[in-house]
Amino acid sequence: CWYHLPEEKLVSNRHMAMEIKASLLLLIFLSYAIVSFSLYEDQVGLMDWHQRYIGKVKHAVFHTQKAGRKRVIVSTEENVVASPDLRHGEIFWRYVLGTKDAIDGVDIALGKYVITLSSQGSMLRAWNLPDGQMVWKTSLHSAQSSKSLLSVPINLKVDKDYPILAFGGGYLHAVSAIDGEVLWKKDFTAEGFEVQRILQPHESSIIYVLGFLHSSKAVVYQIDPRTGKVVAQKSMVVPGGFSGVILSVSSDKVVVLDSTRSILVTINFLDGDISFHKTPVSDLVEDSGNAEILSPRLSNMLAVKVNKRTIFVRVGGEGKLEVVDSLSDETAMSDSLPVTDDQVAFASVHHEGSKIHLMVKLVDDLDTVLLRESIEMDQHRGRVDKVFINNYIKTDRSNGFRALIVMEDHSLLLLQQGAIVWSREEGLASVTDVTTAELPVEKDGVSVAKVEHTLVDWLKGHMLKLKGSLLLASPEDVAAIQEMRMKSSGRSKLTRDHNGFRKLFIALTRAGKLFALYTGDGRIVWSMLLNSPSKSEACERPSGISLYQWQVPHHHAMDENPYVLVVGRCGSDSSAPGVLSFVDFYTGKEISSSDIGHSVVRVMPLPFTDSTEQRLHLIADTEGHVHLYPKTSEALRIFQRDFQNVYWYTVEGDDGIIRGHGMKSSCAGETADEYCFTTKELWTVVFPSESEKIISTLIRKPNEVVHTQAKVNTDQDLLYKYVSRNLLFVATVSPKGAGEIGSVTPEESALVVYLIDTITGRILHRLSHQGCQGPVHANWVVYHYFNLRAHKYEVTVVEIYDQSRAENKNVWKLVLGKHNLTAPISSYSRPEMFTKSQSYFFAQLVKTIAVTSTAKGITSKQLLIGTIGDQILALDKRFVNLSQAEKEEGIIPLTDSLPIIPQSYITHSLKVEGLRCIVTAPAKLESTTYVFAYGVDLFYKRLAPSKTYDSLTDDFSYALLLITIVALVAAIYITWVVLEKKELSEKWR
Amino acid sequence: MAKLTPFFFLSSLIISSSLAFQSDVDDHEFGLEGAKPQSTQQQTPTTRKRYSDPDSDSKVQFSLEHAFGDSDFSPAGTFSARLKSWSHGGKTLTKLRFSRNGFSDEEKDTFKNLLKGDDFYRIRLPSNVISPPGKEFVVASVRARCLPRDGLDEHFVIHMEGANVLALSYGSLGACQYPRQFKLPAKWSFNSHTILKSSEQAPRTPIFTEEVLGGENADGEVEPPPERSFWAKYWMYLIPVGLVVMNAVTQATNMAEEQTGGQAGGSQVQQSARRR
Repeated sequence: CWYHLPEEKLVSNRHMAMEIKASLLLLIFLSYAIVSFSLYEDQVGLMDWHQRYIGKVKHAVFHTQKAGRKRVIVSTEENVVASPDLRHGEIFWRYVLGTKDAIDGVDIALGKYVITLSSQGSMLRAWNLPDGQMVWKTSLHSAQSSKSLLSVPINLKVDKDYPILAFGGGYLHAVSAIDGEVLWKKDFTAEGFEVQRILQPHESSIIYVLGFLHSSKAVVYQIDPRTGKVVAQKSMVVPGGFSGVILSVSSDKVVVLDSTRSILVTINFLDGDISFHKTPVSDLVEDSGNAEILSPRLSNMLAVKVNKRTIFVRVGGEGKLEVVDSLSDETAMSDSLPVTDDQVAFASVHHEGSKIHLMVKLVDDLDTVLLRESIEMDQHRGRVDKVFINNYIKTDRSNGFRALIVMEDHSLLLLQQGAIVWSREEGLASVTDVTTAELPVEKDGVSVAKVEHTLVDWLKGHMLKLKGSLLLASPEDVAAIQEMRMKSSGRSKLTRDHNGFRKLFIALTRAGKLFALYTGDGRIVWSMLLNSPSKSEACERPSGISLYQWQVPHHHAMDENPYVLVVGRCGSDSSAPGVLSFVDFYTGKEISSSDIGHSVVRVMPLPFTDSTEQRLHLIADTEGHVHLYPKTSEALRIFQRDFQNVYWYTVEGDDGIIRGHGMKSSCAGETADEYCFTTKELWTVVFPSESEKIISTLIRKPNEVVHTQAKVNTDQDLLYKYVSRNLLFVATVSPKGAGEIGSVTPEESALVVYLIDTITGRILHRLSHQGCQGPVHANWVVYHYFNLRAHKYEVTVVEIYDQSRAENKNVWKLVLGKHNLTAPISSYSRPEMFTKSQSYFFAQLVKTIAVTSTAKGITSKQLLIGTIGDQILALDKRFVNLSQAEKEEGIIPLTDSLPIIPQSYITHSLKVEGLRCIVTAPAKLESTTYVFAYGVDLFYKRLAPSKTYDSLTDDFSYALLLITIVALVAAIYITWVVLEKKELSEKWR
Repeated sequence: MAKLTPFFFLSSLIISSSLAFQSDVDDHEFGLEGAKPQSTQQQTPTTRKRYSDPDSDSKVQFSLEHAFGDSDFSPAGTFSARLKSWSHGGKTLTKLRFSRNGFSDEEKDTFKNLLKGDDFYRIRLPSNVISPPGKEFVVASVRARCLPRDGLDEHFVIHMEGANVLALSYGSLGACQYPRQFKLPAKWSFNSHTILKSSEQAPRTPIFTEEVLGGENADGEVEPPPERSFWAKYWMYLIPVGLVVMNAVTQATNMAEEQTGGQAGGSQVQQSARRR
């Protein structure tokens, strides 16, 4: 018995330790279960991703200093100036200028500053080349809008200063490259002189400014670079005038087309004298038509496009022109580049089948090909649009070339040594429309990426996580855990998951390319460039307008793929004929496409689908007819059933008229088919043009879900929400107030908002805000505007309640079935509704407003506000709830301004540069919603507005839970055994 | 004058009620859209006084036109009102009166056809009442089957902006149940109700942060949040600790029992040994 006791003590001690540990584990488990709303550092990138883009490259300048790292500076159509890494294609630095601040010219000065001229030549900035810090910024005086020109003379030095010459708005400025100070300016506004080129002959202290006056007179000014004084001036009238691009071919010659576009005029500015030489295009090529000078600058040569052929024309000493080569197909060319001391080369790229051919030739001798490379190119990148080349010295002291090419889909590629070194999908910087798609249901051979891993890996992973959660992990382990989280199999598997977390975003870009982005990590699953079905001259590449979900199979989800309808247009004009294209969501293959032969004003998805689950769509054209798609008899039958109940509206923004239309009859006429219908005008709302101007219209999201119509206010009273979908939000301002903020006094400007029923044209709500001004950014129905009196931005919330159902409060009525909750609602009934509205001050400038949407609409909503700083602020809907005056639990006390909590920026430290739009889509799991924001950058995040109340978090450690359970079971078993033993021994005693 | 106004008011009430197709409405009845027309007449006499200023008043008339289905528009009635010009340049319509033309026999037939086909009965007003038709006509329409009750019930809501008609809401007074039943009116007379609406002013954003802040400053300190109970704060620590303590206690009692039990057993053995 003596020895028995200590042993049991030992066991009980162990047992106790076990229990303590178990409770500790329980504690850890509990702390895991409490999900915090704000983000921890290591959670960044788990539920969100961010992609940085720059847009379609306009200019590229290579930094040509011999020593140091090679850099390239690009400016883009999205007004971005950036420096991409030539090795990997990443961005060293970039800066996004405002939407109105288009970049006109970019160059490098002093070997260390990047100079950009923007806003039609009125803004000059210098950036530090290595890191992109802005060194100085000078706003230049500008009097009129004109073309602008940036010239950075290489060897010009004036009293220890290096002037940069910038022309824009009728003024020529000389600006110091060192500090941006304006050295002098020359006023050309009176004459209307437009500078075309600034020349500085070698060993000359005079600069030559060449240009045109009223596009008929060539003028050359000789200007002293020290003072800006005109030393000499010569001018000469060129009969015939000019048109199109003016191209300078050498330091003293420019070539321009005359106004008939059939004669090339060579203008020679030799030694301050002007002479010109005319050469008809018909002398150069036989079957000449309208000519077009292509933009690449080649020395003593120019490229002219005539009759779909590109001809190279050499410019002789006397301005004589001779054809040296001609190319039959579309060829992109670079500017010329000095290769050796006396040789100049240029690059040309043309397509042949699925390959592109890059050739670098000497300008003087087109037969000498310095480089000839063929590179396999993806068909969905289209043609080559622009080429920029740069040379480098290889180890064997020969010349090597690298070419930066811009494709038709706006992508940017670097070619070097016969291969694509890197590519950037810059088309994604100009997304125009986005729709979401489910991934395929998991079955054999569907998963696009194989990422399954073995049980051992799984266990290892969980052991690592366990170590991490028990704070036993070493720094390497922590890194491994982080990496594992990023790459967790759930995120990269391209199949439908139970929670609906994995999805595809289909994005349409301005270039007419479709991208399928995977929500897990933002990678591109497939991409497709839209094609014109007819391949006609007029419509070579249709521009995409919008995306619609054409067919979403539910019954046959296993064996049918969903399709997306892409509506495009041939040309920019709204009356241009439309193009429909049907694309498979999963594979990105175009199933079919058709020219529809009529214009596209509006596309209306109808709430009907046919037996193959194709959604019916109506497309309205400019003539007031609507066309039904798909063109099948079944669709027609379905449509005829509800023919009388189809209504639509048009907004004529310029005239201030909103019209409602109903269906009338089938189209008459020879060209019409049975799927074309005429419409009749049912209602009009006419805004008086002298006092109101439409600035914003908006409809409710068609897929919005309302979970419950009832709402209990603070007085314990029941209100019914007005849930009609046929509502149009219209905001108008006084015509004077349509300008910039600050341009009018509060008395002159008023903002009026309307809610209009789109079936009957009834104005359901009308509210005027005196002394307020747009722009109005709205969402259902929260809108944002500027209050001129208070000098603050305001947000107003409108809520609409249905009164016709207000009697249904009595429980007994509901029990006995004496309620009207199931009666059909007609818009022709007089609406019994009332609105409540409330305004708040909001300190942020807003670019766009969106609201989260969830599967069933139970989860509370958040307003997503795209701020002027290109961040997204999530604001709980509770903050803008009405009837919050009374203090009650869960209701935030009423304040006059909306709070901005720094932690509620869902973009945390990131910026979605150039933010244009926020799209939200529900996940299958009620608590979760997606947010996809696009601008120049893309940002995606999975958001849980009311926290993930219906699921465990991703990084929940199942191993820990399992171990805890096992440990507990083991502890129970051990204690039981010990107890048994003890009892036995006691009985034996 | 002040004494006379109620008299005028009453007389106008009598006149208006005696006319079958007339309704007389002031423009101050924004909130009374659903109310009975009689109640809308009980306006405060003080508003009358303001309108009786003869200098800035002028009379305007504009006609209502209607169309059956896709037919052309034809006159259907006349609105007459007083146009009040304000010193700051604004204009408002007051004292709107409406006289409705009854349907002719021909129109009755067309209307019957409309009812059969469940087609639209359309009406329109000029968008500017001073110089009709102004920029455009303001059109509204309703399914013809929504109108017949005992007579023909109609309800106009005219949204005004100065002298401009912005929009017209038109329909029957009550609900229009879907599916719409074919029903001929018992009487071919119109029962018209008219409301003029102008824009509602948005409430000013309440400014009271200063007060709140001031109140707080006066108190000197922000009131601390109510203290939570000890249990509410520390329950998550207390439960495991309790478990541990309980465990320890049982262990201790067990140990004590065992020791005493062991000793007792030993003594028993000794005792029994003694007995032997």
